[in-house]
Amino acid sequence: MRLGPETAEENEGQALASAAANADRVDPIHQFQVTNLVEFGQIGGSTFAFTNSALFMAITVTLIIGFMLMTTRGRGLVPGRLQSVTEMFYEFTANMLREAAGSEGMRFFPFVFALFSFILVANLLSMVPYFFTVTAHIVITGALALLVMSIVVGYGFAKHGFGFMKLFVPKDVPGPLVPMIVAIEFLSFLSRPVSLSIRLFANMLAGHITLKVFAGFILSLGAFGAVGWAGAVLPFLMVVAITALEILVSFLQAYVFAILTCMYLNDALHPSH
Amino acid sequence: MVTKALAQTAAETAADVAAEHGEAMEGAHGVFPPFDPSTFLSQLIWLAVFFGLLYLLLSRVALPRVATILEERNDRIADDLAEAEKLKRESEEAVAAYEQALAEARAKAHGIAQEARDKAKAEADAERSKVEADLEGKLAEAEERITEVKEKALAEVDAIAKETTQAIVSSLSGESPNEGEIARAVSQAGGERRQA
Repeated sequence: MRLGPETAEENEGQALASAAANADRVDPIHQFQVTNLVEFGQIGGSTFAFTNSALFMAITVTLIIGFMLMTTRGRGLVPGRLQSVTEMFYEFTANMLREAAGSEGMRFFPFVFALFSFILVANLLSMVPYFFTVTAHIVITGALALLVMSIVVGYGFAKHGFGFMKLFVPKDVPGPLVPMIVAIEFLSFLSRPVSLSIRLFANMLAGHITLKVFAGFILSLGAFGAVGWAGAVLPFLMVVAITALEILVSFLQAYVFAILTCMYLNDALHPSH
Repeated sequence: MVTKALAQTAAETAADVAAEHGEAMEGAHGVFPPFDPSTFLSQLIWLAVFFGLLYLLLSRVALPRVATILEERNDRIADDLAEAEKLKRESEEAVAAYEQALAEARAKAHGIAQEARDKAKAEADAERSKVEADLEGKLAEAEERITEVKEKALAEVDAIAKETTQAIVSSLSGESPNEGEIARAVSQAGGERRQA
């Protein structure tokens, strides 16, 4: 074994290796790490702690409530710029729910508004560097999706009793086809919470990983000196473009989650298609 | 014993490696963080806490406030529209009343003018008839006087004719005729003339 690098070739090799190590240091997965900030103890074998995830949920809630209360403080008859942002968001959500589920659906308005605003603000907040992405965790999106579905099923049965089952039998289906249609409808119903949660989770996760990977390229290429710096321009532009795309995705996914929730609530309100 | 010690060393080494490698992934048990079940409990509890809090604050405070603001604005707009409608109706009524008063005044003015014209005409007529009556009276008087003068003149014509006849006869025949004869002849001639 030689003690040190002796040839230029080996020198170069080591530089490459160190660049690779540099790139390794930019771990695109690390950002999703849940860390315990304050530990409270054990519950059923799991540690219960105030985590960075919880911190960002708290920030999200504070931002939403703070913004809404601050902007409507004046209760202006003629709204200022910020007050009209709150009003527009309110009316946008209200119209979305009313169009999807009718005026009876308005009883779920606070829930839909909470869901929409929570996901939207959490998504947008995650675009700030070093901020945690609450919605890139399947357990969070899954819990929200299950909450939606349990409200749909619970309210559907409470309001229509067994009539809620009409949801699985579309009108005007010829007799022999009914069992097959019911099976398909039932499966599609079961897949709703899965697709609802995975869509949001996967979008946020993939977006943030892509961002980190391209940002990592900039660092790795930068380690090669002037040529690398020139080469790093390309991934840098990509990072800028992907950031813009991810902000769009943040809005879009929050909207998709909310509008699907509205449609599912419509099923609970009016089970017969 | 030896194997146990060896196993322990191996475990320690593994832990060291894990600690070194895991500098970037502290706390991770070598799993993909979103699928790390050890964090699920904390995340779910805090999600329940904060989402519940968000729902509560939204449904109790923030959303009713926005709803009140929007409702007040809609009410105000509806009120203002109703007020504008009312004012418009009032102004239309005022215009109608004005036009009616104008028409009445015009009719009245017309009436007054007509009356004045009629009165003036009546007065003029009265004046004219009075003047005419006056003139007629004067005319009649004049005619009467003319008749009188004519009759007087005619009456004198006989006397003149008698005198003239006497003078002519006396100058022609040289003798003075009988007055009665002359008067008869004159009145006969005057009667013949009158018949012709």
